[in-house]
Amino acid sequence: MAQTTAAAPSWPRARLNLSAYGERIAAYIVLSAVAVWLGANLLHSPSDFFSSIVFGLGNGALYALIALGYSLVYGIIELINFAHGDLFMLGTLLSVVVVTTIFGQTAMGAAGWLAFAAALVVVALFCASINVTIEFLAYRRLRHAPKLAPLITAVGMSFILQFVGLKWNGSGQKQSPSVLPTGHFEIGGVRVYTNMLVVLAVTIPILFLMTYIVTRTRAGKAMRATAQDPDAARLMGVNVNKIISFTFGVGGALAGIAGVMYQQVIGTTRYDLGLQLGLMAFTAAVLGGIGSLPGAVLGGLLIGVIQGLNEGVAYGAGQRWTQSVVFSILILFMVFKPAGLLGQSLREKV
Amino acid sequence: MGSTTFAVPETKRPQNVDRSRIGWPLGFTIASVVIVIFYGFVLPFLVPDVRTFVQNWMPLNQINDALIWAMSALGLNIVVGYAGLLDLGYVAFWAVGGYTAAWLMSDFGFGQKVNFDVLGNPNAGTVGGIHLNIVMVFVAAMAVCALMGVIIGAPTLRLRSDYLALVTLGFGEIIPQVFKNGDEDGIGFNLSNGTVGIGPMDTVPALGINRGEVKFGNLGPFDHVGRFIIFSLLTALIIFISLRIRQGRLGRAWLAIREDELAASAMGVPLMRAKLAAYAVGAVAGAIGGVAFTMQLGQARPDPFTFSVSITLLAMVVLGGMGNVWGVLIGALFLAWFNSVGLPQMGNSINDTFGTHIEFPSFSFLIFGGALVLMMLFRREGLLPESRTRLVLHEGATGDSEAEEPDQELVDQADVIKSGEVK
Repeated sequence: MAQTTAAAPSWPRARLNLSAYGERIAAYIVLSAVAVWLGANLLHSPSDFFSSIVFGLGNGALYALIALGYSLVYGIIELINFAHGDLFMLGTLLSVVVVTTIFGQTAMGAAGWLAFAAALVVVALFCASINVTIEFLAYRRLRHAPKLAPLITAVGMSFILQFVGLKWNGSGQKQSPSVLPTGHFEIGGVRVYTNMLVVLAVTIPILFLMTYIVTRTRAGKAMRATAQDPDAARLMGVNVNKIISFTFGVGGALAGIAGVMYQQVIGTTRYDLGLQLGLMAFTAAVLGGIGSLPGAVLGGLLIGVIQGLNEGVAYGAGQRWTQSVVFSILILFMVFKPAGLLGQSLREKV
Repeated sequence: MGSTTFAVPETKRPQNVDRSRIGWPLGFTIASVVIVIFYGFVLPFLVPDVRTFVQNWMPLNQINDALIWAMSALGLNIVVGYAGLLDLGYVAFWAVGGYTAAWLMSDFGFGQKVNFDVLGNPNAGTVGGIHLNIVMVFVAAMAVCALMGVIIGAPTLRLRSDYLALVTLGFGEIIPQVFKNGDEDGIGFNLSNGTVGIGPMDTVPALGINRGEVKFGNLGPFDHVGRFIIFSLLTALIIFISLRIRQGRLGRAWLAIREDELAASAMGVPLMRAKLAAYAVGAVAGAIGGVAFTMQLGQARPDPFTFSVSITLLAMVVLGGMGNVWGVLIGALFLAWFNSVGLPQMGNSINDTFGTHIEFPSFSFLIFGGALVLMMLFRREGLLPESRTRLVLHEGATGDSEAEEPDQELVDQADVIKSGEVK
C-alpha cells in the first residue's frame, strides 16, 4: 500500500540526478516535436486544421463529462473506477430505448427535442443509480482493503456491465437515428457541425453546475473534506458514506448524459464501447491532473482536439492509430508529469 | 555473491523446500506421462462412446491451450502475485513473443527478399524468409520480451500502483494495435502483415505419438500429443523458475515490496531493480506463452491479442491465489478448460436436457467479472492461498477499528503511572 512518489531512494544520488536531467531533455524534445507537427499542419491547410480543432472540441466535451466522473471518484476514494466507461456504454443503450422506442422519434422536431431532454434525465438517473449501487455493493466493503482489491473489483464490475450490454444489444453495433439537427455550416472556411453545438450547449451549463456544487454547496464542501481526509471529515460530522454515494451518483449521472449525447452525435454503440471511450476519458483525467475538476475538463477538450487533429489533418496518423496516439500521451504524461496539467503534486496517503 | 547484500539473517531452510525439490517434479512427470499414455496409446483404441465423451469434455487440444494459459498465468503471477505490481497489459508480452516467433520461423521476412536459415525447418515449397531453430526462437522471444519488459518498466515502475496498472493497460492496447496496423505505418515497411497476420509458421520437428505409433518428425496440426510433451516441459520450466526464485534473495525482495514498499526500501531492497527484475522475468514467461500460442495456432494474427486476454490471465491468478504457484496453475488450467470446453459443453447438455436455447458461452463475461468481484469481496487470497498472502490481505480490514479501541500499551502505561509505581 505504501508507495514512494520519488524515484527509488536506494539508487545512487548521481544517477538519480542524471535521469532527472535526461527526463527533462526528453520532455522538451517531445514537446518541440509536437509543436513542429502542429505548425506543419497549420501551414499545410489552415481551414482543415481549424475544422479539426472545432470538431475535436465537440468530442472533447463528451470526454470531459466522462473524465469528470473518473476524477470525482478518484479524488474522493483514490479508486480508478474501471466500470465508469461501461456505465457510459449502458447510457448510450438506454438512450436509444428512450428516444427511439419509447418516444418513437427518428428525426429532428419539437417532439425530438422533448425526447432528447427526457433521455438526458432518465439516463442520468439510471446511470447514477447503477453507480451508487455498485459502490454500495462492492467498493464500500473494500474501502480499507489493499489498493489492489478494489481495483480488481472495478475490473470485474466493468466485465459484468459489459455482459449486460452484450445481452441487451448483442455483439454487433447498434445504429440509431438522431433527433439532433444534422449538417454543418462554415465560418471563414472552418467547418462547424450543428450537433456539436448542441453538445457544447448541454455540456457547458453542466460544467458550471458541477463547479457550483463542488465549490459552493454544503455537499460540495463535505466532498472536499472527505477527499482530504475521510477520518477527519467523519469527526467533523460529515456522513462520509453518504457523501461517497453522492459522488458516485454525480459521476454516474455525468456518464449517462455523455452517453445520450454520444449516441445522438455518433449514432452507433457497441457493448465494448465503454472500454475504449473510458480509457480515452481516463487519459483526459490524467492529462488534466486526476482529482482536479477543471483539469478533467481541460484534459477532455485537449484529448478531443488531439483526436480531431490526428484524424482530420494531412499529416495525421489517421483513425486507426488514434488509440495508440492517445495511450502514448497517457504514458508520456504518467512518466514525465504524473501530476497532470492542473493537478497538485501527488502525495500518497501512507 | 552479488554486489548488494541484503541484511537477511541466516535461517533454517524452510521445511517445504526439500519436499518440493523432489515431490513436485515427480508428481508433474507422472501426471504428464499418464496423459501422454492415455491420449497416445489408450484413447484411440477405446470404444467410440468413451472416445466421443473424452473428445467432447477433455480434448487434448484444449489441454494444450490450457497449458499455454497456465504458462502465462504463472508469468503474470510473478508480477502480480510475487511483486504486487498490477499488470493489466500482459497480453503485450504474448503478442511480442508470438510475433517474434512468427518473424523468425516463417517465410514472411518483413516482405523483403531475405533467405536466412539457421538449423531451421522450413515447410516444403517455402522460398525465402527467416527460419531459425525453435530453440533459438524461444531464446530470441524471451530476450526480446525481457528487454521490452525493462523498457516498459524503467520509466513507469516508480508510479503509484494504480497508475502503473493504467500504463501497462495502455501498452497492452498499443502493442497489438501496432501489429494490427503494422502493414500501413506510413513509412512503407511491412512490420506484421496487418490483419492478415503472418503464417504459416514452420513446423517443429519433435517426438510425435499418433494412434500408438511413436515417431520423430514434423508436428502436424493434429499431433497434439507431441505438442503436449513440449508444452508440459515448458510449463515445468516456468514452475521451476517460479518456485526457485521465490525462495531466493530476489523472491524475498519481491514479497517484501509487495507487503510494504516503504519498509522494504528502508531495509535496503533496491526497489527499482527488484521491480524491473519482476517485470523481466514475468515478460520471459509471457514470451514463452506467446511463442507456444503461435505454435499452437500455426500463425500470428493480431485479433487474439485483446484486453480480455489480460483480464482472463488476471482472473486465473486471482482465482488460484496470488503468489501461490500451485493455486495459479490449477486456477489457470481450470479457467482455461472452463472457458473453452466446460462452459459450452455444460451449456449444451443443459440445453439438451431442458430443451432450452441459452447461449452459454456468452455468459463468460458475467462469470469472469462476477468471479473477480466475489473473490475480492469474500476470499481475497484465492482458492488455494499462500498462508502469507492471507495474512497480508486481511491486515487492512482491521485498520478502522484501531481508532475505536484504546491502545493497550498506552493504557498499561497509564495504569502504571496512576498506581504511582514509576520510579
